[in-house]
Amino acid sequence: MSEATLERGMNAFREQMNAPVASFFSSCVNCGMCAEACLFYTETDDPKYTPIHKLEPLRRVWEQEYTLWGRLKSMLGLSKPVTNELLEEWETLIYDGCTLCGRCSMVCPVGNDISYMIRRAREGFVAAGYAPEGIKGASRRAVTIGSPMGVKFPALAAQIKHVEADSGLTIPVDVEGADYMALLSSMEIMNFPEYLEALARIFKQAGVTWTISSEAFEATNSGIQIGSSDIARELVNRVVVAAEKLKVKYVISPECGHAYTAIRWEGPNLIGRPYDFKVVHILELLDELRSTGRLKTEGTEDDRLTFHDPCQIVRKGGVLEPPRNLLKLVATNFVDMNDSREMNWCCGGGGGVSANERAEELRIKAFKRKKTQLDELNVETLVTACANCRLIIEEGLEEYRMEMPVVGLTEMIAEHLVEDEK
Amino acid sequence: MSTSIDFLLWVRGPGFDIALFIFVVGVLIRLLEVLILGRKADYSEPRGAELGAGLLTLVTRTAPEGGSFKRSPFTVVGGYIWHIGFLISLFLFVPHIELIDSVLGIRWPGIASNLVDAIAAVTIVTLVAMLFSRLTHPVKRFLSGPEDYLTWVVTFLPMLTGYLAYHRMIDPYPLVLGLHILSVELLMVLFPFTKLMHAFTFIIARWYNGAMAGRRGVQS
Repeated sequence: MSEATLERGMNAFREQMNAPVASFFSSCVNCGMCAEACLFYTETDDPKYTPIHKLEPLRRVWEQEYTLWGRLKSMLGLSKPVTNELLEEWETLIYDGCTLCGRCSMVCPVGNDISYMIRRAREGFVAAGYAPEGIKGASRRAVTIGSPMGVKFPALAAQIKHVEADSGLTIPVDVEGADYMALLSSMEIMNFPEYLEALARIFKQAGVTWTISSEAFEATNSGIQIGSSDIARELVNRVVVAAEKLKVKYVISPECGHAYTAIRWEGPNLIGRPYDFKVVHILELLDELRSTGRLKTEGTEDDRLTFHDPCQIVRKGGVLEPPRNLLKLVATNFVDMNDSREMNWCCGGGGGVSANERAEELRIKAFKRKKTQLDELNVETLVTACANCRLIIEEGLEEYRMEMPVVGLTEMIAEHLVEDEK
Repeated sequence: MSTSIDFLLWVRGPGFDIALFIFVVGVLIRLLEVLILGRKADYSEPRGAELGAGLLTLVTRTAPEGGSFKRSPFTVVGGYIWHIGFLISLFLFVPHIELIDSVLGIRWPGIASNLVDAIAAVTIVTLVAMLFSRLTHPVKRFLSGPEDYLTWVVTFLPMLTGYLAYHRMIDPYPLVLGLHILSVELLMVLFPFTKLMHAFTFIIARWYNGAMAGRRGVQS
């Protein structure tokens, strides 16, 4: 990263200006309804967490440089400029008090996609040097080591060995011409290796040819979270190069929310071209295997359980039905939360918040929203499909002394596989 | 009396022309400023089509999402009442239709004047309540600056003066009618420079919102 300055930040803000952003700022009437859609406002009652307010620096750039009236006001000295002090003050609002969950974008009466603008505003903040140390560190490790948690391939190779020894299955690595290349998140490698075993078992049963690349196995993308297209591009490019080298037809995005946003939606735009392969989320693939009869399960979970929709996979990813189709396969007592699917509430740790130590107290407060949702349902088990949500929810439940297992959906499916050893 | 007639003649003549010019040119410039920025091509493989989803959101966003309605019932209901009341008073009051016909040469049927009168009264009361809400609701109060109050004033004045003129509550009549027209001109002049622009740009905003979500397979 070159040296961060206010000037670079301003240039980054300008690069983010487009017709959607201008139409959104032109349309806001300060009705305040986005506040009620944001867990950082509902759980703190502090109006500074009103989503549209978090965009004041970007709004000033728009008004002062992209409207005739604003330019006139600036010339007459009637506008408040964007300064280092302003960005410093807003840094906590835009990084600690927003998970890019996009719920506000679903309720704005004039149609403003506020989280779309927050993602873009972060480009200016990071270029000007105002980003939390935690996410900066994660981004640095991602670029230099290859993973935000500092996980190198030998660590994954060790986990692969463990899984192979435990399950007697083979985990293919660097197999050219496989149909699918699976990505993992560091969180899964270190905290939830069950995911890897689940993949191996399901793919063996379904006859899916797959591989992991030793050069690009990390799915997470800190560049997306911190808001640096340069970093995000570098990380996406590693996956693209590896996938095209191994000549796979598909890349599988793991149970990680923002990884999906990064590789599925932002990736092609970051590298400036469509991919030679398709990207599927693991739940989409499992649902396809289910509908084509290649995924055979037996037995059921009879606990009263619910599903936490990861924002980036569901609301911002469009994977709405697959998790429910898969749950119906193995769960007899599944109930949806009161606000679910594209209106679900965030766990509080998305968009880089979980990597930002400074935000922990606020995040725990914001988790009360999820707690309330769970209290309303009286469920015994929570299923989700994002390693980050899972960890954040486990922490939240512990903080509020709620006893409830949090299970990854892929693993749950794997546990019910019909083992037809031939 | 003659001065009030002179005043009325000015606001109906040169005053109106000036206001109309600023309004039309201003709105066009503002819309151009938005659209000219465009957006980059999206290389990601779409899950759904943009056009239909964008148009659908343009319509569906008119109704509040259920949870939001429960959390902001006053803003939603009050917003509906005064917007609809304002539009009825503006477009379905027969003398207004006559005026539009004389400028643009198009007309449509109006509704009974006493009905417009009642709707206008409700709209005025609702607007006062909305102002009260803006001054007291923690979020709205926090977000509000001079522009929010200025736009309230210039929206409220045409309603108030229209009501006073209709009931001839100020003498002489040409004066109150002139004040009413002047207040509308004030609204027209400030329109392109303030958040009042949302009356046009919400169409673009909702479309982009719906289109970008629709591309990912979500109806926003």
